[in-house]
Amino acid sequence: MNFHNVATVYGKELTEWLRDKRTLISTVLVPLLAFPILMVGMTSLMTVMIGKAEKETAKIMVIGGEDSPQVIEKLRQVKDVEIVPYAEDWNKRISEKEIRAAVDIPKDFDAALAQGKELTVKIYFYQGEIKSSFGANHVEKFFDDYRDSVVSGRLASRNLPAAILKPFEVKQENVAPPEKVSGAALGGLLGYMVILLSMTGAIYPAIDLTAGEKERGTMETILSSPLSRVDLVLGKFFLVLSASLCTAILSIISMGTSFYLAGHSGAMAKKDAAVFQLHIGLSTVLSVFLMALPLAVLFAAALLTIALFAKSYKEAQSYLTPMTFIVVIPAVASLLPGFDLNPKLALVPILSTSLVCKEIVAGTFHWNYILLILLSSSIYAAAALFIAVKMFQRESVLFRS
Amino acid sequence: MIEARGLSKRFQDKKRGEIRAVDNVSFTCQPGKIYGLLGANGAGKTTTLRMLATILEPTDGTAVVCGYDVVEQPEKVRANVGFLSTATALYPRLTAQELVEYFGRLNGLDEPTLKKRVDDIFNRLDMNGFRDRRCDKLSTGMKQKTSIARTLVHDPPVMIFDEPTLGLDVMTARTITGFIRECRNKGKTVIFSTHVMSEVEKLCDTIGIIHDGKLLTEGPLPQLREKYAEKDLEEIFVKVVGPLLKNSEA
Repeated sequence: MNFHNVATVYGKELTEWLRDKRTLISTVLVPLLAFPILMVGMTSLMTVMIGKAEKETAKIMVIGGEDSPQVIEKLRQVKDVEIVPYAEDWNKRISEKEIRAAVDIPKDFDAALAQGKELTVKIYFYQGEIKSSFGANHVEKFFDDYRDSVVSGRLASRNLPAAILKPFEVKQENVAPPEKVSGAALGGLLGYMVILLSMTGAIYPAIDLTAGEKERGTMETILSSPLSRVDLVLGKFFLVLSASLCTAILSIISMGTSFYLAGHSGAMAKKDAAVFQLHIGLSTVLSVFLMALPLAVLFAAALLTIALFAKSYKEAQSYLTPMTFIVVIPAVASLLPGFDLNPKLALVPILSTSLVCKEIVAGTFHWNYILLILLSSSIYAAAALFIAVKMFQRESVLFRS
Repeated sequence: MIEARGLSKRFQDKKRGEIRAVDNVSFTCQPGKIYGLLGANGAGKTTTLRMLATILEPTDGTAVVCGYDVVEQPEKVRANVGFLSTATALYPRLTAQELVEYFGRLNGLDEPTLKKRVDDIFNRLDMNGFRDRRCDKLSTGMKQKTSIARTLVHDPPVMIFDEPTLGLDVMTARTITGFIRECRNKGKTVIFSTHVMSEVEKLCDTIGIIHDGKLLTEGPLPQLREKYAEKDLEEIFVKVVGPLLKNSEA
């Protein structure tokens, strides 16, 4: 291996890469803009939609209740609720969003309540429709409050204290530090994103540097130079790796900024905003990158090899696009609750890295697993790089027609 | 000097089985001479030249280029060869100067030598007007000059041209043929493949006729005229290759 030649190839590939709008968009622009647009856009949209739904006076239809004027009168006084006349097709009207919900008051509700009989009030709404849910919530809250007032009245009439129904309180207290809380909630996402973006960032450069060269007819030009195939593949490999890491780093910066903006923009309620406060230190982020580095090497080498096999840019795209699923499935699996590291899983590429990243972000360092995963990922990466070098030495691959 | 010794190349094809693209080809090209490899499409010219340029490895036999074996020392061979064909395209996103410098560096030239060499070539080929223009913005003629500059940057003693004028207009083709003559005049060993008879007649000191991977005959043009009792090269070519074509058609 000649370092000067590897550096020369890398420098040339970097120059061409920086001048290629297509790869720059996929490697730099998309990761930088995707998160802010998604996060800020989505949260703003959600805030606007929720705000609108909350402010709306919900049209509610009452089924029955003609024999219970007391409860109907109280229901009419509820703020944000408008009682509309009964119609047979109330179900259809909910579906068509003409009314938000319907409440079924049992027969002789007022009288039965006074007699202490057990009653069930049914509220009909359209699940998944936010305005319908809000309408149903208003009605449910009214009946909860009404029930509590009835209970209080009954206790008072018997000279019993309110505490008789609630002899003690049960309360959960969190002892986990903030980074563990955010780690459990969103930490898995960091590893997942780094892994996925290391892969997606490498796709276009890998195609451009192999199948793209074949298509443009420059492969034969470079093969006629005294450059060894090993130096050629290493120069190209380092560029693909750089692009991959560049995408991942930019995405993490973008993701961090987006989370910060979403949490501090004031668009969200404090309770919701707290979810976005990731207490992740720089050392944690660096640890995640260190764990993902062998995987990025594996992706760069594997993608180069596969794309080299293709005769054209288009053919390479059709080979590499399904690769995203191969990465996404284990990475997503690691986010599932109850999926924990064990010695066998530590040997499964992608899944193991994703799992260990989740643990690192949550502040847990299982050193035996970390070393095992680093070692196994490095072996896979070295094998992929070896195969890439071998592929660049095969005429049947380079001159496939 | 180039010395091909029993050079052979076989490919495996899923449908057609084993294909003998080049079959036991031997010839010698001398410094200061142009060797023309004449053959129809698919005769084995490109494969032969690719083996000489070490882009492909021979299945059997070998060749010695400037004293280096193409199988044993491919990188040393390539350092002594300038290879030009219509298939050797330019990097579209590099400028003409960047491209020539890139190949100069890969050929191990140090920066002061490279700068001097690039300036010399750009002056000689009248390329200064477009040295900072990206290759994808160059005209066909400019691209050919840039390709020539690429092959010349390390001043190789051997030049290999694979159908270098294919698809070019008359003026651009003349630039190429002029350049090939210039290489001979400078004492370089030149091998050149084509299926254009007139180019061979004008340029070549020795002609080898290749068909179906086999070198059927070779020699200087006057010698071939005498041997086949024909004055016109096209008639000689038909006399050499024609019977084989009839056999294969039958």
